[in-house]
This record gives sequence, C-alpha cells and structure tokens, in this order.
Amino acid sequence: MRAMVYRGPYRVRVEEKDRPVIEHPNDAIVRVTRAAICGSDLHLYHGMMPDTRVGSTFGHEFIGVVDEVGSSVRNLKPGDRVMVPFNVFCGTCFFCARGLYANCHNVNPNATAVGGIYGYSHTTGGYDGGQSEFVRVPFADVGPSLIPDWMDEDDAVLLTDATATGYFGAQLGDIVEGDVVVVFGAGPVGLIAAKSAWLMGAGRVIVIDHLEYRLEKARTFAHAETYNFTEYDDIIVHMKKITDHLGADVAIDAVGAEADGNFLQHVTTTKLKLQGGSPIALNWAIDSVRKGGTISVMGAYGPMFSAIKFGDAMNKGLTLRMNQCPVKRQWPRLFEHVKNGYLKPSDIVTHRIPLEHIAEGYHIFSAKLDNCIKPIIIPNPV
Amino acid sequence: MPYTPEKPKLAESSDQLRARIPGWGVDLDPKDRPSVPREQFDPTFSGAHWEFPERQPEKFPRERSIEHKFLTPVFGTSCPPKGLSGVIRRYAYKEYSEGRAAHWLLLLAADRVDTVESTLRSFASLHPDNPITETGVLSEFSHHGVASRFGRKRADVRHQWIDPIIVGAPWVLGGVLAYRLVKRVAGR
Repeated sequence: MRAMVYRGPYRVRVEEKDRPVIEHPNDAIVRVTRAAICGSDLHLYHGMMPDTRVGSTFGHEFIGVVDEVGSSVRNLKPGDRVMVPFNVFCGTCFFCARGLYANCHNVNPNATAVGGIYGYSHTTGGYDGGQSEFVRVPFADVGPSLIPDWMDEDDAVLLTDATATGYFGAQLGDIVEGDVVVVFGAGPVGLIAAKSAWLMGAGRVIVIDHLEYRLEKARTFAHAETYNFTEYDDIIVHMKKITDHLGADVAIDAVGAEADGNFLQHVTTTKLKLQGGSPIALNWAIDSVRKGGTISVMGAYGPMFSAIKFGDAMNKGLTLRMNQCPVKRQWPRLFEHVKNGYLKPSDIVTHRIPLEHIAEGYHIFSAKLDNCIKPIIIPNPV
Repeated sequence: MPYTPEKPKLAESSDQLRARIPGWGVDLDPKDRPSVPREQFDPTFSGAHWEFPERQPEKFPRERSIEHKFLTPVFGTSCPPKGLSGVIRRYAYKEYSEGRAAHWLLLLAADRVDTVESTLRSFASLHPDNPITETGVLSEFSHHGVASRFGRKRADVRHQWIDPIIVGAPWVLGGVLAYRLVKRVAGR
C-alpha cells in the first residue's frame, strides 16, 4: 500500500509499505478515505517529539471504510464507514472506566504519562497512523463510530481530533455566562475553541495570533474579536487595557509546543530541542488571565521540561486544566451541534492534497504558505 | 476594573449574543457538557466486552517504560528498534524512567542517529533519500512562498531562515566528508 513515511526532521515521502494485518482479535483494518495533517503533527515533522522513528507513518485524524475485522469484533463489519478517534483506548482500564479515554493505560507500553495515539511516535505507543491507504485500528468495538449518513466527510474527519479538542478545551475553561475568554492561537483547535466558548455562554471571545489570514477566519468563523500580537509592544499590557485591567476570566492555550512571539524561547525549543515545548502562549495565558481565573491547555507539548512561569500562576490563584481530549466522549453532543448548524468544522479546511503530494502538504502547512489553515489528505483521489 | 467590586460591563447582553451567534448558550448548563464532571465512572459506555483485554502476541522484544508493571496488552508494532539508534532506544527504556531527563534526551539522540543511519541505508537501496522532494520545498514556488511571508507581520519569518540550515547542514557536511574520503582513496 502507499503510505506517508517520516524520513527525518522536515522530510517525509510516500512509500510502498506492507498493508497492516490483524494483530489482536479486536483489531480492524480500515481503508482510509480521508486524513488530515494536524498542527501537532508538525511537532513530529520538526523532530521535536522523542522517539519518532524513521519509517513511521503519521496521521491521527482519519476516517475510512472497514476492510477487515478480527475474530472478536462485534460492532463493526467490512464495508462500514467509520470515523476513528485519535485516541487508541481499551475502554475498561482504570482511566477508560472513568471516561478518560485519552489516558488509557492498556495501549501504550512506551510511556505511562500519555495514552495511545495513532501515528504519533513511539512515545504514544508506536502505532502507525492514517496518512496512508490502510491503517490498523485496535479495539475496533470501542473506538470507531459509524459515520452518520447526513454527515459531510470533511466534518467527520475533523471531528476525530481538531473539533473535539477545541470543544473540550472550552469545557475545561469552566465558562460561565458572561465570561471573557481569550484564545491563544487561531489554528483549527483555537478556532473551534473560540466558537465553542460562545456555545457555553461566553460574553466576549478574544483570539490572539500573528497570522492575519487566520485572525480573519477567527472573525468570520468564530465571531471573535482579534488581535495580532506583532502589532503591540507587549500583548499582555494590551490585554489588560482591553479588559479594564482585570484580565480575562478564562484563557485557552491552543498553540502548544511551537509558539511564537519570543525568539529565544522559540529557537531553544523548536530548533535546539532544549525544552519540551515553547511556553510563550502558556505564559501569556498565565499573564493575561485574571486572578482566580482558569487556564485550559489544549496545545500539545513534548514530555520534557518547559520554562513555565509557575510562580505567577500560583500567586494569581489560577486553575490550570488540561488533557488530551477523550474524543469519543464528545461525539454525541458534537453530532447534535454539527447537525443543528452550530458548528461547521469543514469551513476551516483550506487545502485538499493527494497522498502522493504529502511532502508538499507538510511544507505548506509548516511554513504557513497559501493561507493554509487545515489540509486534508486524500489517499485515493478519484 | 479590578480596584472596585463590580465586573466590567460587557458590550453585548446575553440576549443580543443569542440573537447574533448561532447556538449561543446551548451548552450554558454544565450538565450539557460531555466532559463535566471530568471523571464519570461507567465501564459499559465504551462498548468493550472484556474487563482486561486479551493479550496481543509479542513478536519481537517490545521495549517498554519501566514505570509499567508489564507490557500493555495492546501495543504498536511500527518500526522495531534497529541499528545503533535501536541500541540507544533500548538503553533509554531499560535504564531510565519517564521522570528522568536522560530518558528523553537519549531518545532524542537516538532519533538523530536513526536519521543518519536511515539516510545512509537509503543510498544502498533503489529509493535513496532526496532532500528536495522530501522537504516539499518546491511548493515554495507553486504556493506563493514569498507573498505568503513578507508584508504580513508574521512573527515566524524571524526564525524560518534557520530551517534550511537545520535540514541542509547534514547533507553539506556529509557531502564534504564523502568528497574527502573519495579523494583520499583515489590518491592512494
């Protein structure tokens, strides 16, 4: 089969690879019909995530058609159209039994701190991902769901991570009616988080980024008030001024490990790999939220240390909430929101790229060329 | 303002927001939010029909965190450790917990060694690495590389010049070393 293959930092290509096989009785093999490149895939692409092996296939956002099932699979059959959460999870460990599917303890031998994720290095379990023609899906009775007939395929693929994560991020903000919510990052997760903040009753939603085309999207897609941090000497002072010096009630970090805005922090992290993640957005969240406020961290960080301003977080009495999103738990409610037209994830798709052009896709997304917000990968374009 | 008791007044009331923004407030009640409360004990929700899953066969010695009691019942089988990078990876897993920086730094070092090993190995195959096609850099010409960057107040333009150095330096260095090696062998 054809599959995206990592060849080293900033280098990927498409290769012939063995078709995955059933390795466990509850496995399914899914023929991928759509995948996406996630902003967090760029951390792998840039060589930031420890134990990212040459030869591995990325891709944790994908949908497809069941091609084969293992002997114990009861809920799926070949031919079913399925959407697959980015989490690999068993459903019954201590954490899954409490709904924390992103923290499953039975699927990732390489680390106890993080659960299993498709195509996201051996640090998250060593599973190949969906930027390929076929993918192995463990625990087929637990993870995947049938794609509703009424659902658009681009909406479905974005529900497997970006949409669910953005919606989850807004929930972790514990938003109450009238809250001022600031979202750092106008990428796919930030845009959905901003839109979701309104669903939860926010009174004002502010989005911060440095890419004008993404801020434009935040205004039109998420009805948000936007600021380009490059236009201000100190974005924190500006945040204080526009909130009457109180600060926001809730801040959402939708940027993560490759945050920009401080040359030294960015370079020591993304180029020199001396930190687990560039803490700029998270530190700005700490600085811009009011005392007693809440920070929701949706940006992905590596497992190593980062220079977080923890003293200010403590002195301000902040609540810091974070996790990888337990995607399947979000779906019943998100399906309603998509059906009712409150969320239209596919509106943020900007590029559709054949799998054979995956290297260009990664470069365009990484270098933010051509107003790229969300690229979709099509393994077998008609 | 923070110097007096009342919260600053919002520009729009809830009714105005509800009229302007589709779906405003539909999840106002925390009971409608699927991840509230954070933990909800329900081992039947997921569709699993086991308490502890059947074990996947271990077809090669699978490295694992020493913080785990045993090998997890299901695991990924992509890219088993091999070569010098594989030795480093196995050592990092065997000796250091996730709590030790050495664990992660060794794994990062193994990643860099893996890249060099794999690139060298590719030159002995029918599909050698090609830094031009694999970086996708030609999309700079087809997807507005210059216009996308300049005159747009982008913060990342300040450090993007480092990327070609990170990608290109090992190739230049490797080329120089190969040239010297060939020259030395040819001179004998």
